Amino acid sequence: MPEPLLEVRALDAYYGDFQALFSVSLAVAPGEVVAVIGANGAGKSTLLNSIAGVIRSRRNAILLRGNPIGDLPAHAVVARGIALVPEGRRLFSSLSLEENLLIGGQLGRSGPWNLARIYELFPALAERADLPSMALSGGQQQMAAIGRALMSNPSLLLCDELSLGLAPIVVRDLYARLPQIVSEGCSLIIVEQDVVQALNAAKQVYCLQEGRVALAGRSAALSREAISAAYFGT
Amino acid sequence: MEWINVIIQGVLIGGLYAMFAAGLALIFGVMRLVNIAHGDLIVLAAYLALVAAETLVLNPLTAIAIVAPVMAAIGYLLQRGLLNRTLGDDLLPPLLVTFGLSIIIQNGLLELFTADSRRLNAGAIEVASFQLFAGVWIGVLPLVQFIAAIAVIGALQVLFYRTALGRAFRATADDPSVAQLMGLDNRHVFALAMAVSLAVIAVAGILIAIRTNFDPAIGPARLIFGFEAVIIGGLGSMWGTLAGGIILGVSQAIGAHIDPGWQQLAGHLAFLAILAVRPQGLFPKIQG
Repeated sequence: MPEPLLEVRALDAYYGDFQALFSVSLAVAPGEVVAVIGANGAGKSTLLNSIAGVIRSRRNAILLRGNPIGDLPAHAVVARGIALVPEGRRLFSSLSLEENLLIGGQLGRSGPWNLARIYELFPALAERADLPSMALSGGQQQMAAIGRALMSNPSLLLCDELSLGLAPIVVRDLYARLPQIVSEGCSLIIVEQDVVQALNAAKQVYCLQEGRVALAGRSAALSREAISAAYFGT
Repeated sequence: MEWINVIIQGVLIGGLYAMFAAGLALIFGVMRLVNIAHGDLIVLAAYLALVAAETLVLNPLTAIAIVAPVMAAIGYLLQRGLLNRTLGDDLLPPLLVTFGLSIIIQNGLLELFTADSRRLNAGAIEVASFQLFAGVWIGVLPLVQFIAAIAVIGALQVLFYRTALGRAFRATADDPSVAQLMGLDNRHVFALAMAVSLAVIAVAGILIAIRTNFDPAIGPARLIFGFEAVIIGGLGSMWGTLAGGIILGVSQAIGAHIDPGWQQLAGHLAFLAILAVRPQGLFPKIQG
């Protein structure tokens, strides 16, 4: 295995006194797609928020290309090439669609993504560039949220529940664009409750259960029974 | 004719109130901080201009070029070093800290400059005026001040809605935690907003100090005018703030014309009337 792009080592995370993650470890190779699945409250979003720096961690718990980034704030993490598509999309409501994309690119990191490339990836956005972000449909908002994150030209994109609240056909359409993102040299971590979607999209799967890694392996090699057991804790 | 003169005077002074208000609205809009020390910072700017004008032998209007950047720097450091620490879910800590700051500035100015009433002297321009048409006279200085106010407010509107910095302000106001995911450091964005706010009130503070006397204790009155103009105008746009300032200015002018003692009262009454009829202000923020 080549040197991992991202390595999470024995990560613990807390909300006040409540411990949400217990010694979670995970690795993402360059150009790899990793899925993190698990039930509600298993700690999936906490894991992504810790990697993105929204929740600060121990310095050496998270390594990017071997450099410790665990204690960096979110704005410094994105400057190093990790972008998060937050759960529920969370576009800036008083900004237009295009302004949302522009603010995603305000750090000016160089790379394959710019406004024109985002509109190429999601043609539905191009004709709605000047609309207020809240005037978009749920699927378009999700595209905008992905585009906004890509505008920072990340080497690792974290996607939190892309399918949340969207019609299955829209979700399929969104997932169909992911390979194009990966082909530009970006690794992905996908957090999903929709297990089938996640298994199809990712080579490597981690299943979280109550803040611990209950199962990890190549998605093709894991049996439904093993996943079901890890997911529900039976 | 007499009343036309009165209303024109009110409109022209309203531009200054609008600048006080724009600074307050900017800070509240971006970081939900109610700056009680706003009025005292306006007075501080006037004293800085006084010192600059006296030591460098400058016209106070020229001193704006020095005082505005100095106030911006003070704003940045104040926000970065102190006020950022007070921000959170609770509105009370910033209120208390800026209230304390207000007292510190007032007493600091009192120690340094005594309680004597001062005024900035801008020379011949102060008394220059021209006749618009028969019986209606316009002072050159009030007109210059009003034009400056419109220019500043227009510049703020462009800054807010047409520039990358304005985009950062609006995004951070919408959702500070997601703004961080865009690589925006909230502490820095807030400090820049405070810098812009204090640069604006430096201009306003100096312009009003050429027109009316000031002393270390006058800050809270300036703050009230700013608050009233913001609330009359609503938080929707900078132009609404300008309208708020003008309404306040005209009300005061009309009150003062009826009876000199009614100047402030008339302004407050207009404010209360609008608050009662339209609590969201004349140009409210449209909810997205």
